[in-house]
Formats: sequence, structure tokens, C-alpha cells
Amino acid sequence: MSKTKVIVGMGSCGIAAGANKTYSVLENIKVADSLDVDLSKTSCVGMCYKEPLVEIIDESGYYMYGGIDEKKAKEIIESHVVNKNPVKEYIVKSDKFETENDSYFNGQVKIALRNAGYMDPESITEAEERDAYDAIKKIGSEGIDGNTVIQTILDSGIRGRGGGGFPTGLKWKFAAREESKDKYIICNADEGDPGAFMDRSLLEGDPHAILEGMLIGAYAMGSNQGVIYCRAEYPLAIERLNIAIDQAREKGYLGKNASGIKGFDFDIYVKEGAGAFVCGEETALIASVEGERGMPRRRPPFPAVSGLWKKPTNINNVETLANIPYIVLNGADSYNKYGTEESKGTKVFALTGKIKNGGLVEVPMGISLRKIIFDLGGGIQDDKKFKAVQLGGPSGGCIPEELLDTSVDYDSVNSTGAIMGSGGMVVMDESTCMVDLAKFFLNFTQQESCGKCTFCRMGTKRMLEILTRITEGKGEHGDIEKLEELSGQIKDNSLCGLGQTAPNPVLTTLKYFRHEYEAHIYDKKCPAKVCEALLTYEIIADACTGCTLCARKCPVDAISGAKKEIHFIDQDLCIQCGACDDACNFDSILVY
Amino acid sequence: MRISRLTNVEVCDKVKEEDLLLLNPIIEKYRNKKGNLIPILQGAQDIYGYLPEAAFRKISKDTGLRLSDMYGVATFYAQFRLSPVGKNIIKVCHGTACHVQNAKDLTKALEENLGVKDGETTEDSLFTLESVACLGCCSLAPVMMIGDETYGNLDGKSASKIIKKLKKVEAK
Repeated sequence: MSKTKVIVGMGSCGIAAGANKTYSVLENIKVADSLDVDLSKTSCVGMCYKEPLVEIIDESGYYMYGGIDEKKAKEIIESHVVNKNPVKEYIVKSDKFETENDSYFNGQVKIALRNAGYMDPESITEAEERDAYDAIKKIGSEGIDGNTVIQTILDSGIRGRGGGGFPTGLKWKFAAREESKDKYIICNADEGDPGAFMDRSLLEGDPHAILEGMLIGAYAMGSNQGVIYCRAEYPLAIERLNIAIDQAREKGYLGKNASGIKGFDFDIYVKEGAGAFVCGEETALIASVEGERGMPRRRPPFPAVSGLWKKPTNINNVETLANIPYIVLNGADSYNKYGTEESKGTKVFALTGKIKNGGLVEVPMGISLRKIIFDLGGGIQDDKKFKAVQLGGPSGGCIPEELLDTSVDYDSVNSTGAIMGSGGMVVMDESTCMVDLAKFFLNFTQQESCGKCTFCRMGTKRMLEILTRITEGKGEHGDIEKLEELSGQIKDNSLCGLGQTAPNPVLTTLKYFRHEYEAHIYDKKCPAKVCEALLTYEIIADACTGCTLCARKCPVDAISGAKKEIHFIDQDLCIQCGACDDACNFDSILVY
Repeated sequence: MRISRLTNVEVCDKVKEEDLLLLNPIIEKYRNKKGNLIPILQGAQDIYGYLPEAAFRKISKDTGLRLSDMYGVATFYAQFRLSPVGKNIIKVCHGTACHVQNAKDLTKALEENLGVKDGETTEDSLFTLESVACLGCCSLAPVMMIGDETYGNLDGKSASKIIKKLKKVEAK
């Protein structure tokens, strides 16, 4: 009989939810009671809404426990491990019985995320047991040449998962045909989209897959040096990558005659980014690696011809690279059997916002948005009404309810005005103001604009000013038209993707939620009750007990009324700060 | 544009001559390596918590890197700071997920509680309040991070409570 395994999910999100404390409690119990169990760590399995997660695998089966704090950790050890009595109410997944979370797992096809959350990311042996480096070994032992590898990638149909959607095989082909002693392959791990964490999860959960993806790319293109450009905000990812690189070097996967392939010298190092969204853009990223301000350069020459230190350079996104070993090992057909005609394979999404089951999901391309949000995601929090889903972050757009049956593939999503992007999927309900959301994204791109192109630098600033004015109740007739005009100019006159897509959040909200803009500008009302300046506060006479609390909290003395008498808000004095509403214990403030 | 991130350019150099010697190992490690500017600045900030003017000058003198290039890079990237920070850095996440879950309320409540604006440090140098783009724990939104500790599912009240507790700890 094998030992009982107890595994704690320790990705960044798990740790944020308290997995460290859970782990130390388990460790203490194990030592104190000399329990004969294997206690280990894994990374994020994607089920963020149930963190911290603890898995128990024993002779009776597989059980995943959710929401395990210190107290519950003691409880499950006592009941499950010692007394062999699983605590059913905390179990979120099992092979013994169905749970309400099965719909979250059943709709998924895990290729990129095949190992994340299923192994200890700091152990190369566990990774090898799960096929790590088998693809590069296959290339070596069968003597497959670089062009054949590239052909397999082309056949698989995989497109860049960072957002651009350019066919990966084609990109490799361009870099491969350049003659140069030095060639670089860069892994773009500068995941800057606020609201997306797929890459972080992959880096933390399966670093060896990224390294192997780079190895295969390097072999196919004839590259001798790899760089992983990772956000400094992901300390755990950087730590695990460095551990993985050391292990891979020690085992000979990296280095001279890498992975046992004669004449193939290849090594990888991690470069910490310093925090700039624009560095997700290829040429800006290269400038940053070279130690300069991350400002995009004009193309051509493309990086494949002249990139890092003016040498041929290929840049791939983390998720793209994680798919590569699977494709090479299992053949192009194993990948392109999923998806649609133009968008093959699977895509990982970070499902967040007002969604019940927030977390990471990997789904086959072609699935509908409705299926992701309502079947896998379990619908909207507190059963409120769905309003829109934001795809593609600051470069993307909002998709309204009537388009929920849109198929998730590059072309269908683009036709809505949003973009597939890197995979951030933020769900919004009726309490989200679309003008405010557009302002939020514009504020982000305006801050992150590198300042090189006039229209991006100044245009986003002007758009932000107009949006701010609208949300403050100072919108004027003609503002919408001005926004549209500026959007067109910024799109047409910016050098890189940041500027070219910056107006998208405004354009899509204008396209689908124009009435909200109009309500702000003409009726001076915010339908979602978000924009403070447009709210009216009134005291409901029937509910007011005359406790005077609101009058005392009001910073501008706009509330009058004697003790135990109905109070009254002077609308001319009110500054719509909401202090009265926060203070009132009797729900007697009406906000509209 | 990115340089507008600079809120406080006032230089308050408290770094002494001998403290500058701490830079030597970093300078040695990266001297004459291409692409060394950012790692050197990152290393310097690790030591002082920010980038003091004297450090710029020393690095420039020892490596030959131009001051203008260093200043350009330091003001471009969000990571670099030109003024000292408080003992506890409170990072309030303003990513999309946190935004739709009312992260605004957190910053507002903390600004009131600490008596500083976003990006500023309290007079007693105990706290610096900062907005960040995304901490990557979107499912716990809205989130803030103090040191290595992440706090999730917050609102204005619970965030203020955490600060109150920390203040008590600091007062001891």
C-alpha cells in the first residue's frame, strides 16, 4: 500500500489566500503526530475561487478540498487521514462522487496547463515523470531536423498566444532562415494586462515546459541563447524559473550539446523586467533587455532579421511555448483536432470579475463565451444580471449579452471589436459603469504610453480628459463624436500595438453601450450608480429614525433635522460623497 | 506618459559616503556588461529602497554610464523610486478585476486613514501608499499587499482595520 499523499496548492494566489499557513499547520501535525504521509506542494490548478486547496490521495481515491484554512486543515487530517473518513462538505472534486464543481473541470481541455497544479514545480524528477523533456529527447534520438520541427508547428496551426495571433510556425521559419552565429529566442513573460494571470500560473506551475519549449524553438531556429523576460512583480515565478534552469543545466538539458544533441549549445537566463506595460511589445521588450527605456522601434527590420543586439531574434509568449513540447511529442494532429478552421488548439483564460467560479480555464477554441461564463464559470456572483465581458485588457473591448454566443476564436472575437488578447476575461454585472470602465482602461494606457508617438501620447490624454469630464457630470454635446474622432487618429498614427489598440475599450463601449454615455452626458445620470458626481442622495422619510448619525458624518453640513425627526439633505450643498449612506444603519438613504 | 509617474522629485539624500560602498559588489558584477543599466539600478534600489542621487553619481563615475541615460531609465519604469519610502509599502491593486470590485474604496479609505495621498509616505515614514497595476490574484479582488502579505476580499472598512492593527504593532 502506498503512502497517503497530502498536497497543498502553493501558487501566488493560493499563498495570498493563506496556503502558507495551511501548509505549516499540516507540517506541524505531521511531525507532532508522526503521521506517515507524504506532504508536498504543487502550484495553481486554476481553481482560484476555492483557494487554499489541499489534495489528499490515498488508497480509497482522490479528493480535493477547497477553502482549507488552519482550522479546517486540522479537521481534515483528523477525520480523513487518521480516521479514514473524508469530510464531504469541504470536498470540491473527487473521483468517488460528483460535486457541484465538476462543470468547472469538465468543459476544459488541458494542454498548456497539463502539468500546472499536478506536480511539484520545484522538482525536475516529478516533471520528468510527467513527460518533461521527452519531446526534445525524441528530436535528438530520432534525429529530427529543424525544418521538420517547424513544419510540425506549422501543421499544428498554433498562433501566438500573447494576443497578436501570428502563426508561431511562420515566425520560427523567418528566424530560421537568417544566417547568423548568434541568434536569440526570448520568452515574453512580461504579462502586463491588469486582470490576467495565465502566464504567471504557468511559470509558477510548470517552468520546465517553458524551458523545453524554448529548447525546441532554439533547436529548430538554430539559436544559441535564450532569455526569459519576466515581470519583477512575479517573484515566485522568477524563483521557480531559476530553480528549473539550474536543474536543467545540471541534468544536461541546457548547456553544451544541450539535451544530448551534438553541436547544439543552448542556455537560458532570466531577465527581470522593471515594470512597463509597453515592454510586452516585441521591439520595446528588446530595448528593455538592452538596458534602455522600453520604447518600440520602427519595423522593418523585424526582430527575426535584426533584434536583440542586432541579431536575429524570435519572441514567443509563455503560453505558446508551453504548448510546443506537447505538439512535438504527440504530433500536430493531437493539437489541431481542437479548435476551429482558423484558430486551432486550446486557449487559457483568466476568468475574473463578478463571476462565481473565478480562476484559470483552458478551453478548446470555438467554445462560446456563454459556455465559459455560465457553465464553467458558474454564472454571475449573487445571481445578478450579466452585463458585459471584457476581453483583451486595455487593448480589448467589452462584449455585451446579445453577443454571448460568439465563438471564442481569433476572427469571431475580432469581429465584435474586442480582441482575443492574452486571455484576460473580466465579467461585469449591472453594477459596473461602462463609461467608468472605459475611463479606467484609458487611464491605464495613457500612463503606460511610452510617449514616442504624438497621437498615443497626447491623444490618450485628451480622451481621458473627455471621459473624466463625462463621469463628473460635465459632459457636453459633441463629446462622443470627439472621442470617436480621436480614436481613429490614435489607431492610425501609432507605431506599436499599445497605441493602435488603446481606443478599443472606448470604441466597443460606445458601440454597445452608447446609451450609457448619453445618460451621463444628457441626463446627468450614471445608470450603474458608480460615478459619484452623478448620484442623488435622498432620505427616505418612512425609514429615517432621526438618529442624527448622517448629519454628524456629513462633511459639508448638508443634512438637517432634529433628533428623532426625519432628516433632510439639501441638494445644493450635497457633494455626493456617500458618507451618509455609509453611516446609516437603517437603509434610509435612497441613491439614484 | 510614463514620466508623469514622478510625483515627488524632491531629493532628500540621507545616504552617507560609507553607505555608497555597498554599491561596489553590484558595480563589479555588471561593469562593462552590455545591457547592465537596469540590473545595476535594480540592485541599487534593493540596497536603499529607492535610488538616491549620490548613488546615480557614483554608478556613473565608476561605470561610465551616462547620468542622463540612467535618469531616463529610472523615470521610465514603474519599479524605480527617486524618493525614500516608508517602512511598510501598501500596494493597493487597481487591476481590472479589482477595479470592478471597487478597489477605489480601498484607496479612498486608506488615504483617509493614513492622511496621505496615493503615492505618498506618511510623516513618520511608517507607511507608503501605492497603487499598482495587477498583483495577479484576481479571484481575491479587491486585494492589497503589505510586505509579502496579501489581503483579499477587502472593502474600505476591513482595509482600514488592517492598517489600525499594523499601527498598533508599530507603536510597540
